[in-house]
Amino acid sequence: MSTATQSERVALTGNEAAATAMRQINPDVVAAYPITPQTEIVQMFSNFVADGDVHTEFVRVESEHSAMSAVIASAASGARSMTATSANGLALMWEMLYIAASYRMPIVMPVVNRALSGPINIHCDHSDSMGARDSGWIQLYSENAQEAYDNIIQAVRIGEHPDVRLPVMVCQDGFIISHAMDNLYVLPDEDVQAFIGEGGGQEHSLLDVDNPATFGPLDLQNWYFEHKRQQVEGMKNAHQVIPEVAREFADVSGRSYDFFEEYRTEDADVVVVVLGSTAGTAKDVVDAMRADGHKVGLVKIRVFRPLPADKLVESLLSRSAVAIMDRSDTFSSAGGPVYHAVRHALYDVDERPPVSNYIYGLGGRDIRPSQIRRVFEETLEVARTGQRSRSISYLGVRE
Amino acid sequence: MAVNLRELSKQEVSLTGGHRLCAGCGAPIVVRQMMAAAETPIVASVATGCLEVATTIFPYTAWANPLIHSAFENSAATISGAEAAYRSLKAQGRIDKDIKFMAFGGDGGTYDIGLQSLSGAMERGHDMVYVCYDNGAYMNTGIQRSSATPKGADTSTSPAGRKIPGKPEHRKDLTAIMAAHNIPYVAQTTPAHWRDLVTKTRKALAVDGPAFLNVLAPCPRGWRVPPEDTIDICRLAVDTCYWPLFEVEDGEYTVNYQPRDKRPVSEWLERQGRFRHLFRDENKGIIDDLQDVTDRTWERLNRQAGD
Repeated sequence: MSTATQSERVALTGNEAAATAMRQINPDVVAAYPITPQTEIVQMFSNFVADGDVHTEFVRVESEHSAMSAVIASAASGARSMTATSANGLALMWEMLYIAASYRMPIVMPVVNRALSGPINIHCDHSDSMGARDSGWIQLYSENAQEAYDNIIQAVRIGEHPDVRLPVMVCQDGFIISHAMDNLYVLPDEDVQAFIGEGGGQEHSLLDVDNPATFGPLDLQNWYFEHKRQQVEGMKNAHQVIPEVAREFADVSGRSYDFFEEYRTEDADVVVVVLGSTAGTAKDVVDAMRADGHKVGLVKIRVFRPLPADKLVESLLSRSAVAIMDRSDTFSSAGGPVYHAVRHALYDVDERPPVSNYIYGLGGRDIRPSQIRRVFEETLEVARTGQRSRSISYLGVRE
Repeated sequence: MAVNLRELSKQEVSLTGGHRLCAGCGAPIVVRQMMAAAETPIVASVATGCLEVATTIFPYTAWANPLIHSAFENSAATISGAEAAYRSLKAQGRIDKDIKFMAFGGDGGTYDIGLQSLSGAMERGHDMVYVCYDNGAYMNTGIQRSSATPKGADTSTSPAGRKIPGKPEHRKDLTAIMAAHNIPYVAQTTPAHWRDLVTKTRKALAVDGPAFLNVLAPCPRGWRVPPEDTIDICRLAVDTCYWPLFEVEDGEYTVNYQPRDKRPVSEWLERQGRFRHLFRDENKGIIDDLQDVTDRTWERLNRQAGD
């Protein structure tokens, strides 16, 4: 698996797909630390380095905090820089995530979603990346290995765009995607290189000793706010850049991407919103329920940061009822993070549908088609009556 | 590598005036002497702390060389990322200059919260020099004890109280810990011994791989000494053997300075307000203890150096 010269269909796990994308991107610097379920990405990338398949300087750091610290400095030095992590590793980076975003460093980081301790658990939920949703990173979520692969390649272009200049995390569900064998199309190496172009995009390099600059100065009351305001602008600009990059990527790959995917929503009365691998299961449920004559559909969010609020409203406002499925909780006792975001977006619409929240799958608890069917059935009941019996439900848990 | 003061004085100043470090602060003296010693362009990182907050207040910077700061505990990891970028871009022919890398941290950012990051960077073998400016407490946040604070010192989190007479614990021997990393170059010096400091900076920059310098950097506020005494108090630290000048080159120890008249540690202590309470009768044992540890460390160093 050292090169790919033509677009070919291959069987890869999500981790293999991510590692392949990293090899094809051929970053100038990777600094990473292994953690389950991301470990294989670091192992496979180590092989690429050992075999000379990449020109990357690979910094085998002693922690994720140092991984993010190192790639912030390497990105500041004009080097295209990547890392990858999961769960507690992402949590250990927390301080540096905010700094990476505020320094406008276009780092790309595959995140293999895993439940955040405690109690310690190695399996999938979204508590890790959802906890980082306000760190200033662009967040892309993937339904399967193909999307993880495609998103990682697009992330390079999105993050490095001069109007954006923000770090991007590309999330895939731990084990469910990362360790499951999938069929996907891999682009030829040269197509990936042509698509991402020359790396770095750092206007002022830390290594420019003839034009010395200070990176990360003390920023007090009279400037900090302006810099944070500019950061918001970068995230706003991503609304234009993400579709532009997707269009170009479709030209190269034949695969189309948007902020979210609408599955059989044309005439749907009831729409369920999910992100990640659950979308695959939910699409099957939609097909089954459509066969039974129910007007149901699915919205699968790909881009959670920036939040495509206006587009989500457009998609959801004419529904009779909407349910949001969250694979993490906020512990606010007021629902999960996707629920908060989508329900908030709908507030400005006068005739907004009732929205309910289902929290499911924490710590890798299986989500079954029967459970998703229950979500649809209960939401159809809300659509019929206009009444929610309760706003937040926990699915598949002993209560 | 002759050190010529006339030549050094002609070097461009890398840490320019106008910064807001206190009068008498040891840190900028250390940085300026080191930068003057460097014969190759330097890219530096700095940990959050006095040196950083007082020299980089946006939109100003006192630094004439490229500098990056991102957090408190990661100066070593940060410069290792820059050094990795340099190696990568140089190998690809995208950069042609020769650049050397230095990381600065106070004792808080080095002995304590940044120790893991430092240890990792040293073990990985980056071509970098890590400089600890050791002022023996968290001075930036208001003189809290660190693991570099000497036993008995009165700090804001180890106050000399009615029951507990200052910091109960001895300081960590960080230079020994760094020597145990078996890196090419480890040394200890002070800004009062400028010839020693310049020579060691050049040796540290010259080795292929990581180097560590532990530099005593008095804090007049925290040590409660007059600002004009900074250099004197460094000399006394060396003449009492509290802060020996030594270096470890590929595992070989050299003691660089043997005081002709080794002074008792109490002479160093009595000049500093933070140790005033130790001179009360009931606390004299702490001074004896400090003398004992100083003597044993000094003897061990001389044994290691084969002197």
